[in-house]
Amino acid sequence: MAPKVGVYVCHCGINIAHTVDVEAVAKAAAALPDVAIARDYIYMCSDPGQQLIQDDIRELGLDRVVVASCSPRMHELTFRRAIQEAGLNPYYLQIANIREQCSWVHTDRHSATEKAKGLVTAAVSRACLLRPLEERHAQVTPAALVVGGGIAGLQAALDIADAGYATYVVEKEAAVGGHMAHLARTFPTLESVPALLSEVAERVESHPNIEVLTESRVVDVDGFIGNFRVQVEKSSGDSDKPATTELAVGAIVVATGFDNFDATLKPEYGYRIYDQVITAPEMEKLLVESETSDSANPLAEGQTRDVVFIQCVGSRDRNGGNPYCSRVCCMYTAKQAYLVRERLPDARITVFYMDVRAFGKGFEQFYDRVREERVLYRRGNPSEIYRRGDRLVVRAEDTLLGDPIEVEADLVVLATGLVPRRDANVIATLLKLSRSEDGFFMELHPKLGPVDTTTDGVFLAGCCQSPKDITDTIAQAKAAASSALIPLSLGNVRVESVTCSVDPLLCSGCGLCAEACVYGALNLDQRRGVMSANQVLCKGCGACSTACPSGAIILNHFTPDQILAEVEGAI
Amino acid sequence: MEAEQDLLERCDLWACIQCGKCTGGCPVSFKTTLNIRRLVYQVLLDGQLSPEGMEELWDCTTCGTCVLRCPKEVEPSELIIGLRTILVDGGVIPPTIRDALTSVFRYGNPSLMPPDERADWAEGLEVKNIAEGAETLYFVGCIPSYDDRAQRIAKALVKVFQKANVDFGILGVDEKCCCNEVRRVGEEGLFEYMVEEQQELFSTHHVKHIVTTSPHCYNTFKNEYPGLDVKVQHYTQFVAELIEQGRLPFTGELEQVVTYHDPCFLGKQNGIFDEPRSIIQSIPGVDFREMDRIRDRSLCCEGGGGRMWCEGTNPEERLATSRFEEVLSVGADVLAVACPFCLLTFELAAKAGGYDEKVQVLDITELLARVI
Repeated sequence: MAPKVGVYVCHCGINIAHTVDVEAVAKAAAALPDVAIARDYIYMCSDPGQQLIQDDIRELGLDRVVVASCSPRMHELTFRRAIQEAGLNPYYLQIANIREQCSWVHTDRHSATEKAKGLVTAAVSRACLLRPLEERHAQVTPAALVVGGGIAGLQAALDIADAGYATYVVEKEAAVGGHMAHLARTFPTLESVPALLSEVAERVESHPNIEVLTESRVVDVDGFIGNFRVQVEKSSGDSDKPATTELAVGAIVVATGFDNFDATLKPEYGYRIYDQVITAPEMEKLLVESETSDSANPLAEGQTRDVVFIQCVGSRDRNGGNPYCSRVCCMYTAKQAYLVRERLPDARITVFYMDVRAFGKGFEQFYDRVREERVLYRRGNPSEIYRRGDRLVVRAEDTLLGDPIEVEADLVVLATGLVPRRDANVIATLLKLSRSEDGFFMELHPKLGPVDTTTDGVFLAGCCQSPKDITDTIAQAKAAASSALIPLSLGNVRVESVTCSVDPLLCSGCGLCAEACVYGALNLDQRRGVMSANQVLCKGCGACSTACPSGAIILNHFTPDQILAEVEGAI
Repeated sequence: MEAEQDLLERCDLWACIQCGKCTGGCPVSFKTTLNIRRLVYQVLLDGQLSPEGMEELWDCTTCGTCVLRCPKEVEPSELIIGLRTILVDGGVIPPTIRDALTSVFRYGNPSLMPPDERADWAEGLEVKNIAEGAETLYFVGCIPSYDDRAQRIAKALVKVFQKANVDFGILGVDEKCCCNEVRRVGEEGLFEYMVEEQQELFSTHHVKHIVTTSPHCYNTFKNEYPGLDVKVQHYTQFVAELIEQGRLPFTGELEQVVTYHDPCFLGKQNGIFDEPRSIIQSIPGVDFREMDRIRDRSLCCEGGGGRMWCEGTNPEERLATSRFEEVLSVGADVLAVACPFCLLTFELAAKAGGYDEKVQVLDITELLARVI
């Protein structure tokens, strides 16, 4: 039986109608074979516009719909829903993009109209060959995995657990807390970090919905959103055989954190050559230790006359460092300078900076307060440190004076930046995460998807995504938890209907498709010697079908006959 | 002002964030008015800069510390070279530098020496000419060819090569200045002309491997000769290989405390820090001690960038002199170098400062020649 196609040409106000003669396009479409009706309307996406289509489906018995309008990214789902409500399979819809690909990019009305006609003809031609696809859903295991027990992971786990779902926290160290466990006080409010952290950690440890697996790491991940199976290995001290546990979870939050920049990569500062040159994390340790008095601590009174802080060590540095700003160093240095002043009231404290980035809530006020405490900010990026007697000399240009200077110091603190974890690739490979140019895990979209990833059901929190302070880390952890809760609370997830299928008679099992697939959807079926496609992991991108040398992979909804029909219609 | 616009773009000065790391590390910024960060800023502001009357431009030793340190990959020393080019093109340059350039153009060396005496140092050493065919070209360089003191480096290196049975030859009287310094004083035209001549000479003799005495020759061959498809090594790299392969047997010992000064064109500019040290440490008997300012943090001797022919605006304070306090502080009686310019500047400073009785300045080749 021949298909009955309805064609609907949208004016999009004047967006399309100004450049394209929409009536002429509809008239031309009406003359095409198999087209039962062709209309134009001012806004097809509006309720009356959709109603128009639904009425025609019911009254004329249409079984294919072509909407000539904006990009399918805009309203494909809208129209699929509309025709579905009228009883048609949602995949019987074809969009002809006559806005972004026509009216917006052309000025000549005549040729734009002709092009729009061509686009509509192509769409009709393809629409005739469309086949119905099933809407598919998968059950969701009502549990979550959080990888990493730093502050990001702990907060994400708490939120998911508070919402009533079982949550596993996998932490490689013997205790949770991550980097935060080594900090003295917060900026800009100078709260005790151990007090804050233990409050969170204790809630986690005692939470009935949370299980913390310490000294453990994720070694394998299988499955997909709603149904991940995760192998976790616990290192078991002396015994040779590590114990492996399998966890079944519906969503995963990655909160694996960061490494500190290795200051030996900037040899000009003499780190590891001079004992008096330390990094900011080492300074935190001294600050923590100095709370319990110890005369060997350089922060004990009378030990240290001159303290110099150097900002941006390994940050904003394309030459052996990282091109990005690490976001936290300006403020942690201000905080450390403040705490050093508390301990050494008479010391000379100098901070060398390029720019002070005090952008957060209360940051600028804190920066003001630190300077009031007689902390001298000198603008200049020090170039070298060397020895003079038993003291160090920091050589720089004070760029405000325009003079090269030497500042003697007993203690130099390098404000080292944050870098991606050395082993970031392990988790990236297991979870199919992309990494940005800077090496941190890449979010799905820098604005619209800041905690999502290209793998459905996997979310990012904390410094594994980019450097950030505790405040921002907790905010992102709460966002990741809330995103992870969406599939968990729905109980089932829609999975992509447009997927590929392998023809076992043509497939030779060469595996080129598996290399092309970034979602890990294709695997060799060992028993039959051919590839098989996981219908839940597949996102219908089509990379496999173009990679296949024997034409054995068909991408449903983009079959060769459908595409060729579209091409023929266009020419 | 097209030339200056080129300068701004060529040196990619737009990347500069005025952090001052260049001036902060500049070895001469403390002793003269040269402030490279400020020069960059002036060019950024106006798109141009007239270098007339800027005597301090000739203070720069082109040691490369500013380039090494810059976090934004700006090459500040290239701006100085560019400004010098404007001065050279206008003919306003120190007379001693003008004479050196004229000499390079006329005689192939900066020292007004006759070209036919270039290989006199090798007389009686049974060194063959590359024309006879050899695996390795030993590129001697101008100073080791003509300067009495520096000739000893060349002679010592020949002894090392011969002991290790290296098949090598020299260009003899055909050898000409590599022009590393010529480019750095801003005479780009002469540099390009000489590079072309030199390249022709190399290809005539089918040169596949060059070993240089000087880090300066090494630098320009390796980094600035366009399309030179030849393996270029500084002698410290080559000799370290010979020692590692067991091709250079030691027959004597050297009971001395030795320290080493990194030449800028070898260390800071080309990252060759380990080979010279491994050679010194392999010499039997040597007590090797490091100074404080070494490797990436080494101090410039002020011999590069044309400063061999130009005292600069503050000849009273010499960095080479201050270096001897460090040499003495580690108790060394030999200051080893691996560069003819370093050798001459340190010897001069040793004599001027009265350090020559306590410390001997020797090239690494000379240390080797004593124990093989």
